[in-house]
Amino acid sequence: MEFKDTQAIYIQIADYICEQILLTKWQPEERIPSVRELAVSLEVNPNTVMRTCELLQQQEIIQNKRGIGYFISGDAVKKIKQFKKDTFIRNELPSFFRSMYLLDLDLDELKPHFEKFKKSNFN
Amino acid sequence: MINIQSLTFSYRKNKPLFENLQLRLEAGHIYGLLGKNGAGKSTLLKQMAGLLFPDSGTCEVLGYPSAKRQPAFLREIFLVPEEFYLPKVSVKRYVNTYAPFYPNFDEAAFYNYLKEFEIPKDQQLTEMSYGQKKKVLISFALAANTKALIMDEPTNGLDIPSKSQFRKVIAAAVSDDKCIVISTHQVRDLDNLIDSIVIIDDHKIIFREDVQTVTDKLSFKTVSRIEETTGVLFADSNLRGHTVITRNAGQEQSKIDMELLFNAILTNHKPIQEIFN
Repeated sequence: MEFKDTQAIYIQIADYICEQILLTKWQPEERIPSVRELAVSLEVNPNTVMRTCELLQQQEIIQNKRGIGYFISGDAVKKIKQFKKDTFIRNELPSFFRSMYLLDLDLDELKPHFEKFKKSNFN
Repeated sequence: MINIQSLTFSYRKNKPLFENLQLRLEAGHIYGLLGKNGAGKSTLLKQMAGLLFPDSGTCEVLGYPSAKRQPAFLREIFLVPEEFYLPKVSVKRYVNTYAPFYPNFDEAAFYNYLKEFEIPKDQQLTEMSYGQKKKVLISFALAANTKALIMDEPTNGLDIPSKSQFRKVIAAAVSDDKCIVISTHQVRDLDNLIDSIVIIDDHKIIFREDVQTVTDKLSFKTVSRIEETTGVLFADSNLRGHTVITRNAGQEQSKIDMELLFNAILTNHKPIQEIFN
């Protein structure tokens, strides 16, 4: 896995795990690879993976079953979307809003653009 | 695990390399020891391993003074030096001779590491290239399963695929009861493995922090216009823009840039240190 320089590694690993789940490569209720296995395959410090697992556990995307490992929650996909929505609103929306404000753009004005975008990309 | 108190040491009279140096390292971590050429990285590692003795002060590993080189200490520490000598014997002979000194030596693991590094096990050690010898030594060091593992520039001389293999075997070797210390100039080879940074300069340890604490308190980012960035502690400008270190005011989660941090600490130590105090 290639890491970017722009974001903390433990968050990039969380994104990687979420992606595996959204792509259904890893299924709900399944056990994910152990902290050690993930650390070795991603070539990072196991303490970093530990931090990732704590984050995902807080978001209820994975659950720790003592002595066995981490399991993907039954409603992980829903939780991931909620989690991603929160980070989008927190991290990306402010600069987007800033541009809108500077350009005197109104939310209603953007609506047709968004509809057009959805139509051409996701239909 | 490793406890150095008021260490003073010099190779030559009136030219001290360390003066009153203090350092405490705990198990469960991979420490990256950084410093300029000649700052004393290798010397410090040799002090830990009991190959050099303090002029005054103490250096203890697991409670044993390194300088006494007691057997109970020697079997719990392994140093992979940057320059080393291996005898003219086969890998097998080497292991049979040296492994008995390490009661926790795992022979199966040793041959697994060799396989990982693609080293033929029936070859004479003296017939190998520098990089291959180094890989034998690293494999031995990991298989020795000592509580303290010290490596001086371990990625020097390793080819590109071996660096990735090296990171994998180190990631697998970390455990709660082991302390791994790696000195390096090639921080980009290891920056996702190192979880604590130790910087040596000017006869002493001038910085020692967990990576997590560093990124909690500092932000590392690239900006196009430095004038618009507030609280810049250090900046390195190039064609792509400016990579800067600022105080982390909010909850920013940036990735540490160890080279930038190292340069920042060497040139602008005081204001950065104040943030950590």
